[in-house]
Amino acid sequence: MQKQYPAQVPTEVHSHQNRWDPYVDNGGTSLAIAGADYVIVASDTRQSNGGYSINSRTEPKAFKLSNNVVLATSGFAADAKRLVEVLEQNALTYFYKHNKQMTAPAMAQMLSNTLYGRRFFPYYVFPILAGVDAQGKGALFAYDPVGNMERVNYQAYGSAAALVQPFLDNVVGFKNQRGADPNRLIERDEAMRFAVDAFTSATERDIYTGDWLDIFVIDKDGVKHEKRELKHD
Amino acid sequence: MDSITITLPHTVQRPTEMPSHGPTTRISQPMVTGTSVVAFKYKDGIMMAADCLASYGSMARFRDENRLMPVGNSTLLGMTGDTGDFQHMKHTLEDLLTREYDMDDGQNLGTRSIYRCISNMMYGRRTKVDPLWNSYVVGGIDNGEKVLGFVDYYGTTYQAATIATGFGGHLAQPILRKYVEGREDEITEEEAIKILDDCMRVLYYRDARSFNKLRRAKVTAAGVEISEPYALETNWDFAEFIVGYGS
Repeated sequence: MQKQYPAQVPTEVHSHQNRWDPYVDNGGTSLAIAGADYVIVASDTRQSNGGYSINSRTEPKAFKLSNNVVLATSGFAADAKRLVEVLEQNALTYFYKHNKQMTAPAMAQMLSNTLYGRRFFPYYVFPILAGVDAQGKGALFAYDPVGNMERVNYQAYGSAAALVQPFLDNVVGFKNQRGADPNRLIERDEAMRFAVDAFTSATERDIYTGDWLDIFVIDKDGVKHEKRELKHD
Repeated sequence: MDSITITLPHTVQRPTEMPSHGPTTRISQPMVTGTSVVAFKYKDGIMMAADCLASYGSMARFRDENRLMPVGNSTLLGMTGDTGDFQHMKHTLEDLLTREYDMDDGQNLGTRSIYRCISNMMYGRRTKVDPLWNSYVVGGIDNGEKVLGFVDYYGTTYQAATIATGFGGHLAQPILRKYVEGREDEITEEEAIKILDDCMRVLYYRDARSFNKLRRAKVTAAGVEISEPYALETNWDFAEFIVGYGS
């Protein structure tokens, strides 16, 4: 019997340039500074819609994941929220399995793995994980959206990162300062002043940063939280 | 034995011809759409309003559309965006409520649960890059507390005392932030209606896809109430003095 193939259907492939983009940048800035026995995390609370409108002036971007770990986020707020939920769930599961709280370095690795798990459809989040390590020293981990992890002494991410990070490089990292000791870790009160100043300055020039500032101070005794007002314009 | 040849219908291409990882050939776009929803917290609960129009592009096609939906007896859902996707959400929520009712365990779905459910659905669809093209306002009273939240087609969520979607975000939100913020527990129903009507009036004047037939709804301890459609009084006298693109 003769094989009959169906009539050739022309293979038309349309490339749609106006494809819907599943990401949006909700703006805002986060920073963290680690010291000898503490970490300070600061995030503003403004959530924007990617354009010129403000969704909320009071939507937190930094979350306490446990009694000694805080995660600061920036980027796409819906992904950040889901990421926090995934981490919280994993931390709880860890506790049930091991009968012990996840340490900051363990959580740090877990976050890296979680992010890389979505290497081909990333969480559009720039996380900073802050806690104290086993020695009680401030532990700060900065990530890119696909999980590249680096332990650092200070980091700024978000819409005003380009304004804040260079400032921290100079006053916390002592870069371009002659005669300064680059290995010195700054004191708590200095770090607090720098964090607040960084935000008041960033608020002046970055339209996506402002409203209120969430500040977390983590040390071996736990996590303390305070709020400062920023300009609303 | 002779093998049986099955001729494929002409609509099916041979696998070798189908692109496996080519460009996307499917795009998302809204068809029949609703415009702004305006909502805020007041003394007795939540007040929300939306007009009765479902537009077909620039055509004012369906003029008796209801974009406010009661969910259970303590939550209100307001929709902006595609009507078809809203109907899908409505069916899903109705199914959910039926299943919960059938459980017969004395538990009722509170506003926070419904908000979480809707948020997760929206985020889930965006993660499949097949969004429900809507923005929702979810308002209600949960355990005596007033809850008012927003979800859009990215899954972005936030809760606030005042929410306005679509054009309302530009025109109504400033009015709401001025008159409501900080006074959520003081505003009486009478004042709330006036604030809401003022917002909807501004939207009727300035949103080209709005309509002067709207519904108002409230959630209080007594339950969810959606009003009959009504129209706002407008004054177009200023139109006479407009020259060029004047405002």
